[in-house]
Amino acid sequence: MANSKQTSDEIVVKINGLNKAFGDHVVLKNFDLELKRGENRVVLGKSGSGKSVLIKCIIGLMEPDSGAIEVLGQNIPDLGHVELDQVRVKIGFLFQSNALYDSMTVRQNLEFPLRRHWMQITQKEVEEMVMEALDNVDLMHTVDMMPSELSGGMRKRIALARTLILKPEIILYDEPTTGLDPITSLEIIELINAIREKYKTTAIIITHDLKCVRLTADLVTMLIEGCNYETATYEALAQSNDPKIRQFFD
Amino acid sequence: MRLPEDTRKFLYETGDIARFSMRFFQEAFHPRYEVREFFHQCYVIGYQSLPLVALTAFIMGFVLTMQLRPSLVIYGVESMIPSMVGIAIVREIGPVITALIFAGKIGSSIGAELGSMKVTEQIDAMEVSGTNPFKYLVVTRTMAATLMLPVLIILGDAISLYGSYLGVNIWDTTTLTLFFTQVFEFLTYIDLVPAFTKSFFFGFAVGIIGCYKGYHSEKGTEGVGSSANSAVVVSSVLIFVIDLLAVQISDLF
Repeated sequence: MANSKQTSDEIVVKINGLNKAFGDHVVLKNFDLELKRGENRVVLGKSGSGKSVLIKCIIGLMEPDSGAIEVLGQNIPDLGHVELDQVRVKIGFLFQSNALYDSMTVRQNLEFPLRRHWMQITQKEVEEMVMEALDNVDLMHTVDMMPSELSGGMRKRIALARTLILKPEIILYDEPTTGLDPITSLEIIELINAIREKYKTTAIIITHDLKCVRLTADLVTMLIEGCNYETATYEALAQSNDPKIRQFFD
Repeated sequence: MRLPEDTRKFLYETGDIARFSMRFFQEAFHPRYEVREFFHQCYVIGYQSLPLVALTAFIMGFVLTMQLRPSLVIYGVESMIPSMVGIAIVREIGPVITALIFAGKIGSSIGAELGSMKVTEQIDAMEVSGTNPFKYLVVTRTMAATLMLPVLIILGDAISLYGSYLGVNIWDTTTLTLFFTQVFEFLTYIDLVPAFTKSFFFGFAVGIIGCYKGYHSEKGTEGVGSSANSAVVVSSVLIFVIDLLAVQISDLF
């Protein structure tokens, strides 16, 4: 279990009765979730169970069919573009595919969200923030490289640096260790925990990597058949006798 | 009666493209304006296409002259070559061939670029970064294509006529001044205005179709290839359809 001493009682993400379907295929069915400030919550589920859809609904990339998603006191489905952008400044999103812009250098990738959200910022401040974000992931030497010149693990760390650059209060991690070797996976997991320590972030981590679950989660939400099937600590779930939960741990 | 599946798909896609185009007009004239990206796209779409357009235009003018000459010699009217080639190039061949070359180069590149951005979640990342991806990617590229193609066509026409001038000089002798005087003697505004006007529509068709196909790309890397391919096919067909309509409309005047 990760360091749960950092959590407070303030609820920063509250999801109520969330439903999402693609045609006849129901992905999320009356899904509920409450996330406290400072908490690291892992959402564990099978591939295609709707984990990524869930966090895309949280950040407003997908519209739910029904239900409420309150993030930092604002109901995401009700927000217009401008208000949504204001909330998004406080939410970081680490994409499964990293989503680094191929045509831009690492520096430009990191500058992009800064210049979009904070238009009054000076070049010197931009430079400092870029270097600080790169220092966090220990990749300052890559600043003028293209994403294609980086390894998979380095790309993931650069993507994480880009996520961090706006100093978000909440970070959504979409499969942060998928496709990485065990050593690089461990580095990313350590980075997730270090970021939490340093910036006091709250996080939702989508994964099916049990090592990642064990080392990062305060609580684990089991996403089974579209709903919040069970929320408990990793240790409690690992000892569960419920066959639907056991299949993840056996 | 239920329409065949292919017909329904075609009609759905046509409707989708119309909606996508409407959104372009809605987004293009409301701030925030992506001026820097627009100029970057003008450079990529316009300037970087110039060598290819220039080469094909030169060959086109040269070959057209060489092919026309034997028939005109039979009737003893080879002196009409500059005016005939001038009208053919300015009214029809220049705009259509340049637009087709443009569709091949720019349509496919926009389709593939946006397609790969879509499947690697870069478009989503852009949205999360506080950027309207439609404005940043679609509006800038479509606008650049719409404005750059007419410029390329004008330059292409000029280079094509120069190729024709060299072609004439293989068998006969004429000066550049005399050649262009003969070209412009028979060209009127009725030749120039419709040709210039339709080139904006050609550019818009290439830009919007490339963006539409890329923006709606799916099924991973296979989808990216298919987006690039169908962007070229659909925009090429549209160029001929627009040309057909332009001829009908300009014939009214």
